[in-house]
This record gives sequence, structure tokens and C-alpha cells, in this order.
Amino acid sequence: MPKTEASERLTISEDRSFRDEIEELSGQEIAACYQCGECTAGCPVAYAADLAPNQVTRMVQLGLEDEALKSSMIWLCVGCETCATRCPRKVELSKVMDALRETAVKRGIRPSERAIKTFHETFLNSVERGGRVHEISMLGEYKLRSLDLFSDIFLGIRMFLKGKLAIIPSFIKGRGEIKRVFGVRKRGA
Amino acid sequence: MKYAYFPGCSLHSTAKEYEMSARAVCRELGIELEEIPDWNCCGATSAHSLSKDLSIALPMRNLAKAEQMGMDVIAPCAACFNRLKSADALAKDEPETLKPISEKTGIEYKGAINVISLLEAISRIGGEEIKSHVKRDLSAMKVACYYGCLLLRPPDITAFDDPENPRSLDDIVTACGAEAVNWPYKTECCGASLSISKSDVVVKLAHDILSMAKRAGANCLTAVCPLCQGNLDMRQTQIEAKYGEKFGIPVLYFTQLMGLAFGIPEGELGLKRLMVSASPVLAAASG
Repeated sequence: MPKTEASERLTISEDRSFRDEIEELSGQEIAACYQCGECTAGCPVAYAADLAPNQVTRMVQLGLEDEALKSSMIWLCVGCETCATRCPRKVELSKVMDALRETAVKRGIRPSERAIKTFHETFLNSVERGGRVHEISMLGEYKLRSLDLFSDIFLGIRMFLKGKLAIIPSFIKGRGEIKRVFGVRKRGA
Repeated sequence: MKYAYFPGCSLHSTAKEYEMSARAVCRELGIELEEIPDWNCCGATSAHSLSKDLSIALPMRNLAKAEQMGMDVIAPCAACFNRLKSADALAKDEPETLKPISEKTGIEYKGAINVISLLEAISRIGGEEIKSHVKRDLSAMKVACYYGCLLLRPPDITAFDDPENPRSLDDIVTACGAEAVNWPYKTECCGASLSISKSDVVVKLAHDILSMAKRAGANCLTAVCPLCQGNLDMRQTQIEAKYGEKFGIPVLYFTQLMGLAFGIPEGELGLKRLMVSASPVLAAASG
């Protein structure tokens, strides 16, 4: 075999540390997956992703870190738990997706679905500020950060007119406790 | 029966009509709700998307408060229910995993109480009792009962109804005198939290659900989750424009539908807050 061809192939890692790390964070036995594809068959968002859910699992099994962590699938996953309900090997894939997303963020990997990550961050910022989500300020921050300024403007106006958006945020009293709760995000402390 | 009540953020904003109708129906059925004082957001999808520890710590504060009240918790919102129930399951099955979190937050939860959804609490009352409260004929309402994801999945955690073909909501709707249509999309996902950041996905998924409900002969839908209701109701105009298909299918919270059957005034059920008006369907029901 000419060497040039081999270099174009994916290098499967003998090192199991990535799989072990994701197994530990997710609490799931990823090695148990035998690639039946049941997860992919029921996934509502797989049609929009670059890798199918079972392919993401395969990448983790093979130690292909970059492929798994850069996949749009890990961001599109909405956590509907259909895969977790149907898996014949009892792998809760939604928890694996959570672990991959958290690991990708920790390693500073640029998400292929940036808006989704921005939304989650903006949502949590709102909770950290007041203890509860305040939709108007959260959506304002999201729009500024995502530069998606004009979509859903008319929907927002209709929601406001229906009294679905509160102008004044309802801050809770225990905001000091919420600060400490958010302290759990700083790992290794 | 008295419960600690966890409304969650949506029931105080986008889904105020769910809270209004839930309270009215619970009053009628003798279910007492005592709001958890100074409750905080459960973290929803965003917390477990970015931090496992945060997704446990946020619900733990609410559970600890309910534990002090000494009452089981009712959460109407399917997403809140799922997050509270998941943290509760950890406290019961793997209490050691909560220790490092408790050390950082100073919040302790022992798992001495239980978490149930509002649907489960009302189901426990039973069809016969529900029937005895019905005052208005809703037989013209052909309802697609939509359970969504997080109330039933994963079944090891939620421990309620059949995750593939649930019946509890159909039974309640039937007891209320409306017709629960047979349809296959009871538990399909609506796209939930992608509504803002990836709305094209939500528009497609919500279209598939509305379209199936229409094909099954439903003239309205009933939901148990503010995110599902929002995606199907608030985005319906957009869906109709994109797919060139008229639906006009109102999406009522199941407590609104129950309240109508019980003869509770429409104003107390927040029916005017729905984007797709329920009036045409209700006119048929009263006619």
C-alpha cells in the first residue's frame, strides 16, 4: 500500500483515555453500543446534523476525539431522551451528548452550531443574575451576542401583546445561594 | 391532598394560562398547592447542556426547600418535572454523587420526598371522580393528546405511564367528555429549546406534529408542557406560511380543557392568551 493513501485515513487511537473520560462524565458504558442504529432511527434532529447519533458513539468508541467534539450533532441534540428510552444496550446517549458538549466547551473547541451554545449561555446568565429566567432581557442579550437581530421580532411583539413577556424581572431573595450553586461549574476547586 | 408546588419560570411568564388553569382545576379537585418559597429555575435544557453539576445543583435547592416543607412536589411543566425528578433519583440511588455538590453549595437534600408531574397527580384522582365534576358537554372536541418528551422519558427516571403509547392524558380527556383521537405522534419531540437558536428545526418538527394531528381528525391539541405548547401554538402562523397549509388548530393546556369541562369561567383559564384561538372549536362544542 502506498503511504499517501494511509495518511488520508482516520487514525484510530489505541489510547482509551478519551472514551474513559466520556464514560466517566456521562456515567454510561459507551463500549456496550453494538451500532444497531435504533438511536438514529428515532432521533428528531439527526436529519439536520453532520453525524448521526450512532456515528458519534462510534467516534467515541474509536477514540476519534476531534470528530466527536466538533460534530454538530452534540449541539443539535435537544435531550428528548428518545434514544435513551429505546437503546437495547441501555446506553443513555443523551447523557453522552451532554458529556461531549461539556468536554468540547472545556477544551475551547469552536462549536459548529454557535447560536445554540450562545442561547444556552445566555439562558444560564439570566438564571445566575436573578435566580429565574427573565425572557425579555435574556432574548435581548441573545440577539446581541448572536447578531441575529431581526428574526422573530413580530412573534415577540405578539407575545408581548398577549401578556406572555414580563417587563420586570422577578429576582429571588436567595441570590447569594444561587451564586454558590453556580460555583459548581468551576471544576477542580 | 396537599403538595409543595413548583411553578417554574414559564408558568410565571409565557405560560401564565397554564398556572391559572392548573390552580383552578386543582381547587375544584381538592388538590392543595403550596408554592415552594423563593424557588429558582430548574436549569432546563441549558444547564445539562453545559454543566452536569449545575444541572443537579439548581434543582437541589428547590428539592431541599420542599423537603423542609415535608411535602411531595408537583411540577406542571414537563421540563421542570424531568430536571427535579432526575436530581431526586440521584439523591435516592447514588447519594454519594451529591456530596461534592453539597460541599460547594451548602445545600443538602436527602431524598425524603417525591416528585410528580401535575398530570400524574390528576391521573391518580381517577376517571370516575373527574367525570363527577363535568358540567359542560365537550363531545364536539376531537383532541390529539400530546405528551411530548420529558414527562415520560427516560422511563427509569420518570416512572409514569407507557413511554411509547401513553394513555393517562387520553383517559382524562375522555373522562371530560371530549373525544381523544387515536394518533401516532403522542411522544414525538417538538424541538423544544431549539426554538430560538435553531427555529427552522422546530418549525419542521412542529409542522409534522400538527399535520399528523390534522390527518388523524383532531380539531384541537392538548399539551402538558409550556415548551411544546409554545412551539405548536406560537409558531403555528409561521408554520402555515412556510408549508402553505392552513391548520388553525388550537393547542390548549390539559388543565384548560379540564377547566372548560368543569364549567370554570373561560377568563379564569386564560383562554384568550392562546395565539390560535380556541373559540371556533368551543362554539361547535356549545352549539
